[in-house]
Amino acid sequence: MNRKALAAAALLLATGLGLDLGLGAAVAADKLKVGFVYIGPVGDFGWTYQHEVGRQMLVKEFGDKIETTYLENVSEGPDSERSIEQLARAGNQLIFTTSFGYMDPTLKVAKRHPKVMFEHATGFKRDKNMSSYSGRFFEGRYIQGLIAAKMSKKGVLGYIGSFPIPEVISGINATMLAAQKINPDIKIKIIWVNTWFDPGKEADAAKALLDQGADVIMQHTDSPAAMQVASERGALAFGQDSDMIKFGPKTQLTAVTNNWGPYYVERVKAALDGTWKSEDTWAGLKDKMVVMAPYTNMPDDVKKMAMDTEAAIIAGTLKPFKCPIMGQDGKEVECKGGDALDPGQVLGMNFYVKGIDDKIPGK
Amino acid sequence: MQLVLEKRAERSTVIALVSPVIAIGLTIVTMSILFVIIGKNPIAALNVYFITPLTDAYSLQELAVKAAPLVMIAIGLSLCYLANVWNIGAEGQFLVGAVAGSWLAVKTHGTDAGAWVLPAMMLLGAMAGALYALIPAFCKVRFGASEILVSLMLVYVADLLLDYLVRGPWRDPAGFNFPTTAEFDPVATVPLLFEGGRLHLGAAIALVIVIGAAVLLGRTIKGFEIRVVGAAPRAARFGGFSSNQLVLLTFAISGALAGLAGIIEVAGPVGHLQPGISPGYGFTAIIVAFLGRLNPVGILIAGLFLALTFIGGEQAQIAMKIPLDITKVFQGILLFYVLACDSLILYRIKLIMPQRKVADGAT
Repeated sequence: MNRKALAAAALLLATGLGLDLGLGAAVAADKLKVGFVYIGPVGDFGWTYQHEVGRQMLVKEFGDKIETTYLENVSEGPDSERSIEQLARAGNQLIFTTSFGYMDPTLKVAKRHPKVMFEHATGFKRDKNMSSYSGRFFEGRYIQGLIAAKMSKKGVLGYIGSFPIPEVISGINATMLAAQKINPDIKIKIIWVNTWFDPGKEADAAKALLDQGADVIMQHTDSPAAMQVASERGALAFGQDSDMIKFGPKTQLTAVTNNWGPYYVERVKAALDGTWKSEDTWAGLKDKMVVMAPYTNMPDDVKKMAMDTEAAIIAGTLKPFKCPIMGQDGKEVECKGGDALDPGQVLGMNFYVKGIDDKIPGK
Repeated sequence: MQLVLEKRAERSTVIALVSPVIAIGLTIVTMSILFVIIGKNPIAALNVYFITPLTDAYSLQELAVKAAPLVMIAIGLSLCYLANVWNIGAEGQFLVGAVAGSWLAVKTHGTDAGAWVLPAMMLLGAMAGALYALIPAFCKVRFGASEILVSLMLVYVADLLLDYLVRGPWRDPAGFNFPTTAEFDPVATVPLLFEGGRLHLGAAIALVIVIGAAVLLGRTIKGFEIRVVGAAPRAARFGGFSSNQLVLLTFAISGALAGLAGIIEVAGPVGHLQPGISPGYGFTAIIVAFLGRLNPVGILIAGLFLALTFIGGEQAQIAMKIPLDITKVFQGILLFYVLACDSLILYRIKLIMPQRKVADGAT
């Protein structure tokens, strides 16, 4: 008897509270709810941080018209599908999933929620209600390659790779192709850390590269750990994803930064206007999705070269993957895009260019 | 005046039963204080954490999906821990099981294989997990090596094996070099219990395992043997029980269950093999095993409770913008209180007055 009464009381309490929350949600329903799924912590000062900056830009731009929510540290395993689903069920109408590994889960959730709009970063699968977007990061890498070759005294560059996926491989190749323009004998040492974000591993990799004789460090991982190591050891380095100048005021040459804000603003605007449709966006320096951090710690002539190169890429007169390109085996790579590699070749890149003394892991 | 812990003459069975309840109560009090400090309404926050996920069918399903692997692994671990052997490497056994089962899925991909594929995959997963767990067990029995260290180290080996396979030989040829196998065929996928949800057969299997373990421990000689060897090794020797055999047996069972959980997770919610399939299930299961007092039914409840904190934590991020870190603090505090309260099973708190010392001196 007693237990029954207790259970009833608990139920009453629960439903009462539930009603309360439900009411709160109903009031907010007029706003466009925008959700974000992040792979790292918002304070990683790299990849996730830049997406967070983009989200904050939305808040600033649209104010009361939208309500944004994010889920951070969502691993790419089985949890991500639930996280995305939860956002959709919580009434988010536009959901950005910001890591490659969310691609299949996003697609699955998108099929279950045909009225919700999804945006997936750096993948290649799309649907009627699922767009994909990514940056042409290799354009920035090309500029870094030129600077690195000019600034390296020993002619050895150190490169911290995350995963040997096309985006990372194309970054390495663009760096090398540019560096060879300055110094045909330039060497590049690569360490794969198999993680996007692990400051400890990234710092170890940077130390190992410096010990192997590299004097300019570049990275395709998300934390500023390598920048800090390079700074302690008096080497030079490039930031990644975001401007890491405060972690190496005398160390950072520049950084390829990801500027998602304008894209997010554009997509939210489209969603508000009812003109949103599934698209594939691959934007670079020209559209300011990829932005170079200020050129610092380098002589004026190098700085000028960098700025001229940036202008040429924006103008379309310079193509980082201009043919002919020699593969690692010394054979010329087939040129499918006329005078340069076509987008498919870059997005699916799985070979090193000539002069890189490394093997793509797992190949 | 001084507070000391005094050893009890006997285990307190009352405290053993209520200690998790006290721990959860203290956690809730502490969390409420924390919520107030960060400016959130504690009642609403606790409601989101503990009540909301239990109020709709979708969240209940997710609870079961999240709890299933935790419970399966924890049941196996509890057998080890009851026998006083320490398998810390369930994470590795989980991964190896996932790999072994996936092998069949990858090999039969695109062929017209029949319905035998999934059962065979599960069998392979369980067998591989058991064999993998037998390595530390064998090293302990034969060489006296610490099973804690060996089983823990093997986690990294399994992790790297998985990494190698999905980046190399098993990589999806159409996957742009991203580290994942192709999506498994329908015959190699764990069937859903309800259309449109994510609840799969694995949850039912987990339940069967709980019942099996309860029967094994409560109703069989083997179960008795496990408990005796753990609680009173000398008595067990007199009784003619071989502790070596039991080390091998408990490791094999726990490995098999972890391996089975691994392949079910991969062939179920994930749908393909990729790095990061486990957000630390093998380690979280250790907490589940202890929170459940190494009792099958207790483990089932503990698994569901831990799953609840994960899902509640996510909903708290969405509904109340409570950062993820709070969820982690939450789980940490819970563990802390559980361990602290557990010490009361064997010890009692005693207040010692300073004058006692004088009295001691006088005698």
